[in-house]
Amino acid sequence: MEKADRKRLNKLRANIIDSRDKEKTCITICGGTGCHAYGCVEIAQGFEDEIKSQKLSDKIDVRVTGCHGFCERGPIVVIQPEGFFYQRVESKDIKDIISETALGKKVLPRLLYKDPQTGEEIQKEKHVPFYKKQERIIFGRNGFIDPTDIKDYIALDGYKAVSKALFEMQPEGIISEVKKSGLRGRGGGGFLTGKKWEICRSSESSRKYIICNADEGDPGAYMDRSLLEGNPHSIIEGMIIGAYAIGASEGYIYVRLEYPLAVQNITLALEQAHEHGLLGKSILESGFDFNIHVFKGAGAFVSGEETSLMSSIEGRRAFPRQRPPYPADKGLWGKPTNINNVETWANVPLIIDKGADWYSQIGTETSKGTKIFSLVGKINNTGLVEVPMGMTLREIIYDIGGGIKEGKKFKAVQTGGPSGGCIPADMLDQPIDFDTLTRAGSIMGSGGMIVMDEENCMVDVARYFLKFTQEESCGKCVPCRVGTKQMVDILTRITEGKGDKKDIQRLQDLAETVKSGSLCGLGQTAPNPVLTTLRYFMNEYKAHIEQKSCPSLSCKDLIVYHIDPEKCVGCLLCKKNCPVDAISGERKEVHIIDQDLCIKCGACLDVCPEKVSAVSKHTGKEKERILKQHRKKKTEQ
Amino acid sequence: MICRIKNSILMKRKKSQSEMENILKQFKPEKKELIHILHKVQSEQGFISPSAIFEISKYLRISEGEVYGVLTFYNAFTLEPKGKHTLTICMGTACHVRGAPAVLDEFSRQLDITAGQTTEDKYFTLETVNCVGACALGPIAITDGHYHGHVTTKEVKKIIDEVKEEKGKNRK
Repeated sequence: MEKADRKRLNKLRANIIDSRDKEKTCITICGGTGCHAYGCVEIAQGFEDEIKSQKLSDKIDVRVTGCHGFCERGPIVVIQPEGFFYQRVESKDIKDIISETALGKKVLPRLLYKDPQTGEEIQKEKHVPFYKKQERIIFGRNGFIDPTDIKDYIALDGYKAVSKALFEMQPEGIISEVKKSGLRGRGGGGFLTGKKWEICRSSESSRKYIICNADEGDPGAYMDRSLLEGNPHSIIEGMIIGAYAIGASEGYIYVRLEYPLAVQNITLALEQAHEHGLLGKSILESGFDFNIHVFKGAGAFVSGEETSLMSSIEGRRAFPRQRPPYPADKGLWGKPTNINNVETWANVPLIIDKGADWYSQIGTETSKGTKIFSLVGKINNTGLVEVPMGMTLREIIYDIGGGIKEGKKFKAVQTGGPSGGCIPADMLDQPIDFDTLTRAGSIMGSGGMIVMDEENCMVDVARYFLKFTQEESCGKCVPCRVGTKQMVDILTRITEGKGDKKDIQRLQDLAETVKSGSLCGLGQTAPNPVLTTLRYFMNEYKAHIEQKSCPSLSCKDLIVYHIDPEKCVGCLLCKKNCPVDAISGERKEVHIIDQDLCIKCGACLDVCPEKVSAVSKHTGKEKERILKQHRKKKTEQ
Repeated sequence: MICRIKNSILMKRKKSQSEMENILKQFKPEKKELIHILHKVQSEQGFISPSAIFEISKYLRISEGEVYGVLTFYNAFTLEPKGKHTLTICMGTACHVRGAPAVLDEFSRQLDITAGQTTEDKYFTLETVNCVGACALGPIAITDGHYHGHVTTKEVKKIIDEVKEEKGKNRK
C-alpha cells in the first residue's frame, strides 16, 4: 500500500466516498460489548450467510459496527440508509429483515422499539426517547463505523484533524486551541487538558512520551471500552495531534486486561494507520515521526493511577510515586510524559477540526463539551449515554434512562466509581458537571452512574466500595493499606448488626485520615463512598446500629424470610427450590421455613407466585418476633 | 528404575526449558518486557511455574524475587494451574446492586469451593472479576468466555450442568 501524504489522504477519502453507493442498503449490526454478550456475532454471521445464499451481495451490505449505547435492547440492528431501528433481534428474524425491510423497504413492527409510556412504535433511532436528549458528538459515529476498517473512519472525515494540525497549525497554536475549548480530563481529575499539554511541552528533554489511559477499572463504567472497540481511530488521531503539540515521539495505550476485543481492535487499527502513513516515520510526509504501542494491563485497579500506570509499563509492580515531580517533568523512564484518558483523546480531533469556539458552546461555564456516562444498575434503559455537561440527573435518569426498574422508588445514584459518592433523591435537579459533583461530595470520575432503588442498602453499598478499594490497595502507604482495612471491618460489623454507637465517629475519623494521608488518588478518594453515605443516609447507619435493622431489607444478617400462613397455598414451589431443604410442609399444607437452616438466598421469594405472595422479608422488631416464634415452636416439638 | 525416573525428570525439565526458550526468544532481554513475558507464559502454560520464574529471571538478569514480586502483584498471573473450565462471576457495581453476591454464593455452594479456588477434580475454577463492562446484562456469569446474562440463583445449577454436559459431549 502506498503511504498517503496530505493530498493522497484527501483523494483516498474522496475515492472511498465515491465508490460507495449511498443508496445501497446496509444492514448494520451493533458489535458493542453488550450486544456481543447477547450473541450479535451469530446474528451478523446469519445475515452474511443468508445474503450469500440468496445471492444478494450486490444489493445489500452487512457491517458490524461499534456500540450504539442502548445495551438494554441489544442486539441492535439498524438498516441504512433509511435508518430503521430494530432491537432485541434474534436469529429467526434474519430472513424477514432481509425480505421485508432490506428488499421490500417495509418496517417490521414487532422489532421496533415501543415507547413504554405512550405505546407508540418508533421507527428511527433518533426518535427513540433514549437518544432524543443525547448529544452524541463522540459516540454518534460508532454506529456507522466498522472498527476493523480504517476506510469507514476516513470516509467520515477521519484524520482530517491530523492533517489540519500538522500542516496548518503550530504546536503552540494547537495547545492554545485545546486550552480555549475548555476541555477537561475525562478520566476523573478534570484538569484542563490544554494546560497539561503546555506544561509537558515546556519541559525540556530530547525524548517525551504520551500515554492513553485505557485502564478503565471503575466497576460499572465501560464507555472507554466501547470507544476503543467501536471507534479506535478517533483515539489514535487524538494522540497523534497531542504528540505533535507536545513534541513526543512515542505513545502508549495501556488497555485493561479484561477487554480483549479492545486490545484486538486497537492493535488492528494501529496496523492500518501505519499502512496508510498515519503513524511511523514522517506522518503524511510532514516530517513528524510518531509511534504508538499497545500495553496490555495485568489486572490491578491501582494501575489506572497515572504514576502506577507508568511503573507498570516499565515492567514493575504498579506502585504509585510521590508527586511532584509530576509526570509532565519526570514520567515514563524519567522523561516528560503526558497522560490522558481515552475519552479525552477522542475529544481532541473534534476540537481541532471544528474549532474551540464550536466546542465551547456545548456544556456549562466551567465544564465544556459532552460527557459519556454509563447508566447502569436499577434503571430501565441501561446503556451508554452522551449528554452535554450541565444536564440534570433527573433528565438523565428519567428522560433518557426511562426511570427505575419495575416502578420502584429511586434512592440514590452513585457516580465516579469507588472514588465517588452517592447522591440522594433531593439532588436530582442538580446540573451535572465537574464542580457540582465535587460540591456534592462525589466526583465525575470516569462517568459511571449506578442507579439504586429502595431495595439497595446504602451501608452495604459503602461497604462494597470500601472492600473493593481495600482489596485493590497496593499496600505501599500505611493510611490506605491499614485505614481502608479498618473501615471495611467497621462497615462489615455494622451490616452484620454488630455495630456500636461509636462506630460512626470512628468511620469519620478514619475517613479523614485516609483521605489526607494517602499517597495516591486511590487512597485519597477511597473514603468518598462512606463520607457521602454518612452525609446523606445517616438514618440508615443509625437503623443498622441502634435498631439492628436494615430498612432496605438487604443485609443478610439483619433479615429473615417468612411464609405467611394465611397466604400460603401449599404449592411446593418454594420447597422444591430451596437449595438447603429448609422448607417443610406437604402439598396443600402451609409451608414453614426452618430459620436455623435458612441461608437467606431468597430463592423462595423469587419463586412464590405473584398472586400468592406468601413469602416476605422482615427486619428489626418483626424479625425478632418471627425468630422468637420459631424457637418457641422448636422447643415445643 | 531410579535411573529411569531420573531420566524422565530430566526429559521433562528439558522440555519445559525448550518451551521457555521458545517463548523468551520472542522478547528482548530487557526488564520492561517482564509483564509481556508473563502474559505469554500464563496464556501458553496456564500458570507461572517455579522453573519459568527461574528461566525468566536468568533471561532478564533480574532476581527471581523480583519476578515473583511482579507476578503476584497482578491478578492476571497465577502460580497454580487453573481448572479445565473457568466460571467467572462479575462483581462490578451494576451486578452487585442487582444481586451478584447471592449468585456467587450459590456457585460457591454448588461447587463447594470459594472464589479463587479450583475443584478437587481440577474441573472447575471459580473466579470473580471487578467488571466486564456488560452492565446491561447484570448479574453476569461467564463460562469459558461465554456470557450468561441476568443470572438468578435459580439458574446456577443449570449453568454448571451445561458446562458438565460439554464434558459428556467431548467424551463421546
